[in-house]
Amino acid sequence: MKLLPNKKLDVEAILKDLEHYVPRRKGWHWRKGCGVKREIGPFEYSDTSESLTQSQPLPAAHYFNGIDPQTDSVITTEIASGRFEDDIRRMRMAAWHGADHLMVIRTAGQSHFDGLIEGTPQGIGGIPITRKQVRAQRKALDLIEDEVGRPINYHSYVSGVAGPEIAVMFAEEGVNGAHQDPQYNVLYRNINMIRSFVDAANAKKIMAWADMAQIDGAHNANATAREAWKVMPELIVQHAINAMFSVLCDMKNQNICLSSVPPTAPPAPCLKLDLPYAVALRELFKPYKIRAQQNTKYMGSSTREATVTHTLNLLISKLTRAEIQSTITPDEGRNVPWHIYNMEGIDTAKQAMLGMDGLLEMVEIKREQGYLADKVRELKERAVLFMEEILEVGGYFKAVEAGFFVDSGCYPERHGDGITREVHGGIAADSVYERDEDYCAPVTAFFGYNNIGQYNETAMHHPSDLIHGCTFEDRSKIIYIDELDEVDNVSTRLEETKELRTTSKLMPEMEWAGDGVVQVTLMLPDDERTAECAAIEIGKKLGLLDAEVIHKEVMQSSEGTRIELKGRVPFTIDSDKLVIPPKPDLLSDDEITEAIKKNPMRIVAATVGEDEHSVGLREIIDIKHGGIEKYGIECHYLGTSVPIEKLVDAAIELDVDAILASTIISHDDIHYKSMKRLHEYCIEKGIRDNILLVCGGTQVTPELAVQQGVDAGFGRGSKGRHVASFLVMKRKDIENEGGYTCS
Amino acid sequence: MSQARTDDFEVRRKHLSSLSEVELEQRFWSLTEKVVEPLIELAKTHTTPSIERSVLLRMGFSSLEAKTLVDKVIEKDLIGKGAGHIVYLAALKHKMALREAGLKLADGDPDLWQFIESYFREGRPI
Repeated sequence: MKLLPNKKLDVEAILKDLEHYVPRRKGWHWRKGCGVKREIGPFEYSDTSESLTQSQPLPAAHYFNGIDPQTDSVITTEIASGRFEDDIRRMRMAAWHGADHLMVIRTAGQSHFDGLIEGTPQGIGGIPITRKQVRAQRKALDLIEDEVGRPINYHSYVSGVAGPEIAVMFAEEGVNGAHQDPQYNVLYRNINMIRSFVDAANAKKIMAWADMAQIDGAHNANATAREAWKVMPELIVQHAINAMFSVLCDMKNQNICLSSVPPTAPPAPCLKLDLPYAVALRELFKPYKIRAQQNTKYMGSSTREATVTHTLNLLISKLTRAEIQSTITPDEGRNVPWHIYNMEGIDTAKQAMLGMDGLLEMVEIKREQGYLADKVRELKERAVLFMEEILEVGGYFKAVEAGFFVDSGCYPERHGDGITREVHGGIAADSVYERDEDYCAPVTAFFGYNNIGQYNETAMHHPSDLIHGCTFEDRSKIIYIDELDEVDNVSTRLEETKELRTTSKLMPEMEWAGDGVVQVTLMLPDDERTAECAAIEIGKKLGLLDAEVIHKEVMQSSEGTRIELKGRVPFTIDSDKLVIPPKPDLLSDDEITEAIKKNPMRIVAATVGEDEHSVGLREIIDIKHGGIEKYGIECHYLGTSVPIEKLVDAAIELDVDAILASTIISHDDIHYKSMKRLHEYCIEKGIRDNILLVCGGTQVTPELAVQQGVDAGFGRGSKGRHVASFLVMKRKDIENEGGYTCS
Repeated sequence: MSQARTDDFEVRRKHLSSLSEVELEQRFWSLTEKVVEPLIELAKTHTTPSIERSVLLRMGFSSLEAKTLVDKVIEKDLIGKGAGHIVYLAALKHKMALREAGLKLADGDPDLWQFIESYFREGRPI
């Protein structure tokens, strides 16, 4: 099975024969080819990795021959729709945009599920992580990574009360990275602390065997504490506890990643707080990797604001270091992430990082003295004092009982609002048992006391020799469960959306196939409350189902409110019945040059009406912008804000073949009115049959331009070659027909 | 919930003020090790239902089979021996395949369980 760029991924084919699918590798993959200068297009880059074989470049890339340089850091995107089969398609889009770390969020409540979930039930805010879903997504990613030409890391969570089992399943299924941090269980999931740490050691040992990258859970303290920027000393302490615990479970330093998050966001002076913290963290944790998460604590429903915060966070990553650059979708503050916002998050990371390429060759942090140096030292001291007090009160468990963690004071300051847990309390309390002297477990990657020697002294270092290899050596021993629920499964869901895959019916989609969700942006000239209620009514009149305001922003308390509205459309469009105008025919540069040489052409050009914009027209004309002059077309440029009459009179005087009029300003449809006037004035002057009229501008729709009477319209993205091709071909048509006909 | 406390950083930090930043970092990591070591010791010497199920998964049992088996092992108060150990022992002594032994135990096979219980109750030399 091979993916083709112009063909949709066949989810049904992915699900076929899953029982026998073998993941092609295990372990984490870092991008290749970093640390060398690289020529890409017209530029030399300092901080890129190997390019992809196929990809979706940034929107502005068309100005630079479509180049798509890849950053040196891994780029993460988090996917959480609740339907893994739809997530697979989003993963393909994300990989094309440049993500190589696809993090699958778990369904709400899986942390408290005592065991593995099987089958493909639908989730809420994530998917229930099961062997079948993991295997299907890994299988799809194996195809997608071949398509884009770079290995893709697949990631989920080894937390909750079933950590060791999930770790085993992940190791067997080729999962490449996972969150694992017992402190997360304790503080945020209220799982018993003894259970959490005992389970964690085993889970980490298994992850170490599978060479998985581990991401800790410290960033959650930032997202939870009331005054989040004050928890910096604690964040350092949490990172250290998990990192040291992991090392002692045989995890390699390079697989231990700190989930670091800049603690604050504007309007706070965030760099003043975030940069010293980032420097302190990277210095203290030199041997480990940094996974830079975006600040989510201060994220609202404005996607623009979230994007700016993200960009500032990326600056921190660039100035310090981040081997894994995470992205949070800018719509996370309003709903479960939509396809388009995953792509936006990835693009923001790629765009900012490429823009900052080589920054550290030009600027450096004032590390030695001054504000930053003092702050770095202070943070380190505060973290040391925190550790000292943990030991003073009798260790980690006592410290949690005393409410040391997620207190919103800047340690040693305390606000008394920390999370408190009892050592014998929480979910799964009293479920930890001492191992007897003859305890044993005949399997690979087992942590702690294991009396294999009672059966076979020589198997001490390879416990699974006792059973002739466990599933880690012989995967044929894995027992695969397909489905347990006859209704809540992928086959039922795919049946419901079958029409959208097997016919030409098309429906808008934000999360799931057939969800029909659309977003409408409005500016209502009224106050916030009125605007919100009016927007819902507008949604209803537009025929939207479940219309809901997902974002509002005051422009001025009485002059207006910006509203973003979502709703569902109840219909499909039949793409087979669409009248899709053919793409314009283009001649090659040589063909155009040859035609002009044989039969010279002269044009007159101007920006018409009250329009001072000349950049677009200059690009169409000027030789230095690849404009039509380069084909030998004689161009007379009259300038900006030229009256129609003057333009036509000049055309008569110069005896030109064509008039090129540029119209950028489009309010009140002035651009189309100008075109109509141009056409009519040429008729009045009696030259319409002998001249070609071409109008362009960013807001011009070619079909509408032609409806005004001109011969052709050129919209955004048009180049000199498009215009020249049209002029040459149209002139030829007229010659063939023995005269000019109005189109 | 802990007590509120004003920021007494300047008082607390006195003993750190003469340390170089390298020494400060070394102190941080040696303290971290002291915090973590007892947690590691605890993990080395204890087990949980999830750990036992993870062992059975690696021995070739499904998640459903592993759950039933571990519940039975806990019910018989034998988790301190290791669920995988019990399955291994049953297979070894009764010359059965691992899966056969495990599925019989999960099924509550009285003879097999009687053997296991008396084997461990009576105590045996290691």
